[in-house]
This record gives sequence, C-alpha cells and structure tokens, in this order.
Amino acid sequence: MSAPETARERITITEQSVPGLPAGVKLRFDKQRDQWVILAPERLFVLDAIALEIVKRCDGQASVGAIVDELAATFAAPRDVILKDVGALLQDLADKRILAASGAA
Amino acid sequence: MSDLGFPLAVLAELTHRCPLQCPYCSNPLALEAASAELTTAEWKGVIAEVAELGALQIHFSGGEPTARRDLEELVAAASESGLYTNLITAGVLLSRERLADLAKAGLDHVQLSFQDSEAAGCDRIGGHKGGFDKKLDCARWTVELGLPLTLNMVVHRQNLEHLPQMLELAERLQARRVEIAHVQYYGWAYLNRAALMPTRQQLEAATAVVEAARERLKGVLVIDYVVPDYYARRPKSCMGGWGRQFLNISPAGKVLPCHAAESITTLTFDRVGDKSLREIWLHSPAFEAYRGTAWMPEPCRSCERREIDWGGCRCQAFALTGEAATVDPACALSPMHEAMQDLATAESASAEREFTYRTRKAGVAATRAPEPIDG
Repeated sequence: MSAPETARERITITEQSVPGLPAGVKLRFDKQRDQWVILAPERLFVLDAIALEIVKRCDGQASVGAIVDELAATFAAPRDVILKDVGALLQDLADKRILAASGAA
Repeated sequence: MSDLGFPLAVLAELTHRCPLQCPYCSNPLALEAASAELTTAEWKGVIAEVAELGALQIHFSGGEPTARRDLEELVAAASESGLYTNLITAGVLLSRERLADLAKAGLDHVQLSFQDSEAAGCDRIGGHKGGFDKKLDCARWTVELGLPLTLNMVVHRQNLEHLPQMLELAERLQARRVEIAHVQYYGWAYLNRAALMPTRQQLEAATAVVEAARERLKGVLVIDYVVPDYYARRPKSCMGGWGRQFLNISPAGKVLPCHAAESITTLTFDRVGDKSLREIWLHSPAFEAYRGTAWMPEPCRSCERREIDWGGCRCQAFALTGEAATVDPACALSPMHEAMQDLATAESASAEREFTYRTRKAGVAATRAPEPIDG
C-alpha cells in the first residue's frame, strides 16, 4: 500500500494517476470507536463508507480510471458521477499530503 | 460525562534532559532529574495501557527523547501494539544509523524543531552551538530514509522577521508539513515573555505571510499555524477542553491534562503504576478539576460559547490572575482582558533581548508562582 513520493509540486489527479498512501500514512480500523481512519503526521481522518471504498483501492497499482470502473460496476452507479466524486476526494487528500500518485502520463 | 472517550493521541515526555535550552520550553520550570524517570519496563507498561484504552497515536517527546537509549525499544513496543509513532526531536543527538534503527523499529513520522531559519539565530535561541547544521543533517537523513518530515518552528519577536525564510527552509528540506507556532506563555515562556512577545504588527504580518504561503504551496507543504492569544478577543479552545481529548505523561510518570498543567501549583497529579491509566483518566482529581462546565464561574457558565472554547486556558488564567478557575484573560469578557493586552503591547515594545535559558539551575531559581498582573 505505498506509492513513491512525487516531485515537489502539487499533484493533479487525473484518470491516469495511480494513487497510493505514502510512507507515514496508514489506513487502520479503530475498533474502540468502530470506524476506519487514516493515520498521518499529527492527523487523523475518519472515513465514511464511501471514502473507505475509494481509499482502500488506492494500492499504488490501480489507476484512478480503473478504480472508478470497479466502483461503477460494484455499486451499479453512473461512471461520470463516480469519477467526479473520486477525483474530488483524491485531489483533496493529495493536497493534504496524505496521498501520493504516480504515472500521471 | 457520557461522551467522554479515551484520547486519540497521547504525549509521552520520556525525559526532561535536553541539549538545547530554548527559553520558551513547554516543560515545567522544575525539571525532573534523570533518576526520577520511568524505567524502560515502566514505559512499556504505559504504552500497552495507552494502546489498550484505544489511543491511535503516541508522540515521543521530552526534553529530548533521543537522550533515552531505550527509545528504539519503546518505538518498537508502540508500533507492535498498533500505535502510530511520532518522534518530536531537536535532532542534534541523532546519527544517520540511529535514525535508521528507529525507522526499522517502526517509527512513522519525525517532527524536527528549528529555532530560526539560519545558524546564528537558531543556535543562539536554542542555546546550543552547532545545532543548526546538525538539524540540517537530521532533516536530510529523515527524507532519505523515506520518513515523513515535519518542521516545528516556534516564532516570537526575535525570529518572526525570518518567517518567509523558515517556510523556504521547510520547502527546501522537503518537509511535508511545517508547524508555525507562536509562543504560548506558560512556565519558561512566561518567564521570558518580555523578550519574546511579538508586536501586533508582527503578528498581523506573520498571519498574512502564512496565508499567502498556504495558497502558493498548496499540495506541496501543509502549514499548521498556532496563533498567540494575548492579542485575541476570544480564548483558544485549549486542549479541546480540559481532560476531554488529551493526556500527557511526564518523565516521572505523572499523568497531566496538558503539558503545562504542573504550572497550576494547586493541583496534584496521579502517577502511572499507582492506578490504572483508565482510572486516572476518568477520576483523577486533577482531570476532574476543570473538566466540562460545572467548574465555570460567570460569565463562562452562561456563555453560549462555553462548549466551544471550554473557558479557554486554565494555565493561562492561573499564570495571569493567580486563580485557575476563572475567566481566561484572553477573553474580552474577562475583567483582566485590557490589562493583558496592555501588558502585551508594552512588552512587545521593550528592548529586552536577553533570555533566561532553560537549565535545571534557572528552573530551581524561578520555581515560584508567577506574579499575577494588576487588573
């Protein structure tokens, strides 16, 4: 579940991006509070059910496009709607420096 | 309090020993001796309790936590019990090999302090010659080892002019995050307040620099910014409310509601080992003293913000008024508010540059309740 650190510039998430959690960022189940969280430097983000489905697919292998295809099939939802939601979430995580992405070519 | 959960993060102050002598150190004036520190086995017991109670993160701090030779062992114990481990360090005692060992033990994140953006100021403020260059090495090794790096920058009148350079340094050293924290005035910082207090103009300029940098460095560098409250109109929600979200364990095992809590000299604290951490968190008199809203006097008690800012900061109220269970003078509704702002304005204009550095000796000399201000 780790992806390389990228260049020192803002990541722009596209369908070709391959997202993953960088070193020092961990997806973990918080059993005391019955919730999934991302643990990061001085940060903790509680994931709702939708965000969890997206983040757990960010394995440094699958592209955003492939993740969206799979979610659209799994949840029988329109691809363009899912692409918009996934793109917005991942861009937000990247801007918070808790998501890395490579292969944006 | 039915909604009282165990804290998500715990601060473990492993030692008060430190090669630096920062005049705003958050440790108490009365520094613990090495002989009073918990043993490795005792710390491991604490770590197990912390994880068992549901905390998700542990911050290893000090003093200088790397002064403990068992740090690798403690990081490994925390990591194995599933805690996210954070090292808060001055960086000057670390070698590349030791940092690699800590990474191997499961360290998740390094927070490295800089006292200024250049060597002269950094070494003078930290009271440690050659410190700046060692910090640069430490930052480089951290990034080379693939660990996320945060730079901690405490800012005040004597280094605020370098704020743009501090942000450049963080960017150049490839930090993922930087914390720009204005000094909070308790303990050592209270003692050195006249030499540290920024002017209102400095504060406004700093806030503008941070806002512009956040825009410019979006997605590259995350900037956390802690503002001082001597110039505020509303108090900060200190610790998210006393005894609600935060817990600190001192080198000798005292369990504190915040790192400055020992400055409230009327409180006594339970120790790990004497009782379970759960029992202490739930029922320790020091935690119950200002938890919730029942302790509040007016105007806090009937204030619509009472569960937003929780009455501000108890340590600050105690330092400035001699009474912890009173309105934080940072609040405009405090009868002391104007006196506090006048004090800040006057001290910020003073020519004072000399510090009382953080040493055990200076701490002993200064261990007395600070002088309250005249309201």
